[in-house]
Amino acid sequence: MKLIILNDYDQASEWAAKYIRNKILHFQPGPNKFFTLGLPTGSTPLGCYKKLIEYYKNGEISFEFVKTFNMDEYVGLPRNHPESYHSFMWNNFFKHIDIRAENAHILDGNAADLQAECNSFEEKIKEAGGIELFVGGIGPDGHIAFNEPGSSLVSRTRVKTLAKDTIMANARFFDGDLSKVPTMALTVGVGTVMDAKEVMILITGAHKAFALYKAIEEGVNHMWTVSAFQQHPQTVFVCDEDATLELRVKTVKYFKGMMHVHNRLVETLPSQQKK
Amino acid sequence: MPSNKSVSDAPIIQFTDCRILREHKLQREDLWVRDGKILDPEKLFFDEQGYADCRLDCGGAIVAPGFIDVQINGGYGVDFSQPCEDVSAGVSLVAKKILEHGVTSFCPTLVTSPPAVYHQVLPQINVHNGGPDGAGVLGFHLEGPFISSEKRGAHPERFLRTFRSGGSDDLMETYGSLDNVAMVTLAPELPHSQSVVSTLRQKGVTVSLGHSVANLSQAEDAVRHGASFITHLFNAMLPFHHRDPGIVGLLTSDQIPAGRTVFYGMIADGIHTNPAALRIAHRAHPSGLVLVTDAITAMGLPPGRHTLGQQVVQIQGLHAYVAGTKTLSGSIATMDMCVRHFKQAAGCSVEDALEAAALHPARLLGISHRKGSLHYGADADLVLLDDGLRVRTTYISGEEVWRAEL
Repeated sequence: MKLIILNDYDQASEWAAKYIRNKILHFQPGPNKFFTLGLPTGSTPLGCYKKLIEYYKNGEISFEFVKTFNMDEYVGLPRNHPESYHSFMWNNFFKHIDIRAENAHILDGNAADLQAECNSFEEKIKEAGGIELFVGGIGPDGHIAFNEPGSSLVSRTRVKTLAKDTIMANARFFDGDLSKVPTMALTVGVGTVMDAKEVMILITGAHKAFALYKAIEEGVNHMWTVSAFQQHPQTVFVCDEDATLELRVKTVKYFKGMMHVHNRLVETLPSQQKK
Repeated sequence: MPSNKSVSDAPIIQFTDCRILREHKLQREDLWVRDGKILDPEKLFFDEQGYADCRLDCGGAIVAPGFIDVQINGGYGVDFSQPCEDVSAGVSLVAKKILEHGVTSFCPTLVTSPPAVYHQVLPQINVHNGGPDGAGVLGFHLEGPFISSEKRGAHPERFLRTFRSGGSDDLMETYGSLDNVAMVTLAPELPHSQSVVSTLRQKGVTVSLGHSVANLSQAEDAVRHGASFITHLFNAMLPFHHRDPGIVGLLTSDQIPAGRTVFYGMIADGIHTNPAALRIAHRAHPSGLVLVTDAITAMGLPPGRHTLGQQVVQIQGLHAYVAGTKTLSGSIATMDMCVRHFKQAAGCSVEDALEAAALHPARLLGISHRKGSLHYGADADLVLLDDGLRVRTTYISGEEVWRAEL
């Protein structure tokens, strides 16, 4: 595991975006070789998406040969509802870049047969050759995607009933009206994300500090589903100072001491810049 | 490459690097167009898995809905009210020329004329969309002849008319047909005018009040019967008086039926309306302000002396004088100039200025679902402007129809 500690949210977002950019560039995607990227929604990745859009507009990267797979989507929320993850991805990322609709995969929470939709999503990931890099965020209770506390750590894409905490937290996006908040979602499983070649988790803010502590300093535990990635061969946690508040000084010092090495991963690759 | 799987094979254009006027705000958004209409790119992406066939870099320009001029009497030497065999040639010439002012549709306006002129001219011009040959015609604006003799302005007195009982017969007798008519300006104090207002509304014709000595209650009565516009506010009506504000009082009247808006035309050329008067109107009733040029034959002609019909006109800068005098012979304003002057004089936002030239006239004519805004499904009649609101390019139905030479 790598733990990348930056001063603040903006720097963490930029580091994560550069990491993704370099991964895509190293991969050298083409018409017969698509880069597969797993993507989250929520407030944490917004800064990272902004940076990626900037790199696209500067001509540093293209998403023409990138396939994306989103982690989750609400059940029963109209696709064009401003809080749907379709709307989120369109407004915050897709409409600004050159990705083709056929390559952008988001679970359909309005499918007639929800489980069939989930199965076909897994199938599409498999057809695309698995996921190169799965980017995720976590909730304060350590959930990744909608894998709420207690979710199986080998779970696959499925229908999930949301925890009361999540519903209450989401009420602010639905006029504070609990009855309008979706109570179910489709989500990739912990196992689905574990299958990715590499996983990058973004964690920022003091309110996520306890979750980060549970994720990396305690044992693997299905009550903190993100802790499952301790058993993943290639995981990068990208966080800001605030998120490290519950970590031991020893842990923070160790990883900060390696930043000069890790920073090489995000250096600009002039030779591989695209037009 | 055709990009659409289900709806249409027409190419999709994506205007990029622009600020588009939507929801009363200039927004950094791309504008998508297909089949001459503005397209919802999110629906295209998720429902059709489509993408743009061509991207047009706007270089940071403002993209606004094309301007709509509901009062223009002619220009470039053409007088729409001059009876002639080939009126359409004159209308076409002006329609083509005003593209460079960002005008994508307009109402050719006829001043008070004898019935023979209406009978001859009206059938020659059909309502039609614009294109590379010129701005679209939304229908005629007939200013007169049912107006006040006292406030007739330049309208020839001998052709003025009044309504006999009922009034509808007089309309048909005078105009012949209302098929290609979008708007009629009349004086609401004329006897029987209220039933004429109702008749016109029923036929889908917008009724404007002007060239009138009506008091406020007569004007309010006309609005209750369906009138919705004031022709060149302040001009050719009783001046504002605090005990009877006259037609001007409609701007703040509490007698306007719920859900209705009274619009008013403004010649914002800096000459025909004092900037302070312009500000009074704008601040009292911003959502009703409609910029009009009220341009005459001399609009678009170079400086110097011109013989126009019976008149000799001297053009000096932005003024057109009756030659040898200091009497203004009419407006030679262009719409883009009015937009710039209005913004500067009223101290309003770019958004307000652009909406007064597009959204408000479209609402006035009841066509805002397809003209005057950039919402999804509307006609892609566009004007690209720089930050000084100078017109760079004009589009009609998504097709470039005029471009400034750089």
